[in-house]
Amino acid sequence: MRFLLDAEQLAFADSLHAMLTAADTPAVVRDWSRGEHASGRALWARIAAAGVFALAVPEEHGGVGPRPVELAVAFLELGRHAAPGPLAETVAAAVLLGETPRAKEFLPGLAAGTDIATVAAPTGFALDGDAASLCLSPTPQGLFRSATAPGVVRRSLDPARRLTPLASDGELLVAGPAGGQALAWTRLATAAQALGVGLALLDRTVSYVRRRTQFGVPIGSFQAVKHRLADAKTALEFARPVLFGAAISMRPADVAAAKLTACEAAYTAARTALQLHGAIGYTAEYDLSLWLTKARALRAAWGTPDECRDLVLADGLG
Amino acid sequence: MDLTHSDTDEEFRAEARAWLAEHVPRAPLPSLETAEGFAAHRAWEAELAADRWSAVSWPVEYGGRDAGLLQWLLFEEEYWAAGAPGRVGQNGISLLAPTLFDHGTEEQRARVLPPMASGEVVWAQAWSEPEAGSDLAALTSRAVRTDGGWLLRGQKTWSSRAAFADRAFGLFRSQPGAADPHQGLTYLMFGLRAPGVTVRPIGRLDGKPAFAELFLDDVFVPDQDVIGKPGQGWRVAMSTAGNERGLTLRSPGRFLASAARLAELWRARGCPDHARARVADALIGARAYQLFTHAAASRFLDGARIGPESSMNKVFWSELDLAVHETALDVLGAEGELAGTDWSEGYVFALAGPVYAGTNEIQRDIIAERLLGLPKGRR
Repeated sequence: MRFLLDAEQLAFADSLHAMLTAADTPAVVRDWSRGEHASGRALWARIAAAGVFALAVPEEHGGVGPRPVELAVAFLELGRHAAPGPLAETVAAAVLLGETPRAKEFLPGLAAGTDIATVAAPTGFALDGDAASLCLSPTPQGLFRSATAPGVVRRSLDPARRLTPLASDGELLVAGPAGGQALAWTRLATAAQALGVGLALLDRTVSYVRRRTQFGVPIGSFQAVKHRLADAKTALEFARPVLFGAAISMRPADVAAAKLTACEAAYTAARTALQLHGAIGYTAEYDLSLWLTKARALRAAWGTPDECRDLVLADGLG
Repeated sequence: MDLTHSDTDEEFRAEARAWLAEHVPRAPLPSLETAEGFAAHRAWEAELAADRWSAVSWPVEYGGRDAGLLQWLLFEEEYWAAGAPGRVGQNGISLLAPTLFDHGTEEQRARVLPPMASGEVVWAQAWSEPEAGSDLAALTSRAVRTDGGWLLRGQKTWSSRAAFADRAFGLFRSQPGAADPHQGLTYLMFGLRAPGVTVRPIGRLDGKPAFAELFLDDVFVPDQDVIGKPGQGWRVAMSTAGNERGLTLRSPGRFLASAARLAELWRARGCPDHARARVADALIGARAYQLFTHAAASRFLDGARIGPESSMNKVFWSELDLAVHETALDVLGAEGELAGTDWSEGYVFALAGPVYAGTNEIQRDIIAERLLGLPKGRR
């Protein structure tokens, strides 16, 4: 037993972090929010080139997977930089299609980043259908058809998440029961992304309260401020092992626990970040908003807190 | 990233499980905060020690099994899952013993550890004073130099287990007036029945004497009972405090077992909706604590020392423990009020968690200042 990331995994995280920092993701997120996808597609290509989607694609189809631990490492960094786009949904499509005879047709493009995929949630909306080249929509029986996005975009609480209804009249692409496994991968990716969002919110808030002075001292020296940040830090640091434990086992209940824990911790960090930034944090022009709104949106995506809890109660933890 | 245990470790777990299945008392022992319960728990410690299960991580020569950190964690999981009794020797085993391993002499280890393992000598901790709780640097009890040793003067309070225990350990000021209040403290062991010691039991919320006040009137302590160098008690104590907040006092096994019992209770009572989320959160919290500990254990095996992250442990387990017990009492409804049940006893015990071993407010200051790098300010 050595329950720590190894040197290679840490180096992978570092290289993604460096790439995403250099890419000025906040500017990309703002373009994406306006429906201008060019900078986002360029970033997508770099994320794919770093090997992120390949982690969910088996070697025979151009990937290096399945490697859920590394996927969690990668999505944590994507969340930390608020990277836009149907990232977890592309993973979902790769896992769904990987079980089908058409795998070799679709998976290489997803691994290489030449294709962006999205999958409609059972509630109806897909994330960023207007940017995706491959849309999948579930049938009432839990199978998946190819679909098209008719160009309607509903706004999300998170401006970077563009919600699109799908016209699901296409070909039946996934005729077998791959949904459960795909959901686990999507949830894991979403949990990791949420944890990254929470860590970014905490980092930004810590540096803000060290800088910002009131009553002649940095507000970070006030115990009331410290204690909120200590609670956010504790929640995030306890979500981290739950995430990686789930990535190792990939049991649905473990993944649900990870999704719940990471999203709750990220939401705690978001509430803390907003409170401690004060009014500036409540503005769209300040970059903090890119993470604040995402923390709330991810909480409901691919499994609400109560759905996750029900899975834990039904199946027990591994 | 790996969560599987080696064959050797799994064999160790199986051996512990088999022993516990055979030896754990069928009926729960009386509360260890009573004279009768204390005696029963001492006897249980002796039974554990007879087969070298009372302090598995110690070297064989002191009565242990030389078990590594991972084996200790597995033992704890098995211990609490088996419904075995609370450990009356815990203060000694988890707080004093690690201090002796780090800072004690060979003579001290040989003299103190074996009777600690067998329950023959039960230790109380004597940290707090009436004016110094979480602020240990404010201690005023004194150790005054005398021929061949020291004379202790002053008062200690909230001394857990001291009502029935045999000996105690704590910090005393040996150089009053030092410019830095962390300097000039000495770490000493002393007998609770020594001349000059008055023990006044204090009833906790339910009236049971879970702790006591100690009045010390020129109590003689020989030099051989000083741990580490005189005047350097702070440094010695801090290694013990890390243990108290971190791994050794509150092993994940304990919370995994109580969260599982909570889920059983909830199901037995028809899965009431009002508690559904909290039961799930208890299961997840216990699992989170276990996995966090696995990560910490992996870092220790890589050579890391217990650091300020142990403050996150302390906040987490103390709040988890309380949440589990509060939920159980809510699930029990009006029956939850009854005193003397496992859940109500556990609830009273859990209420103290956020207060002792450094209040959670102090832990949050440590997290903020030492892990997040925020500036020190007025408390």
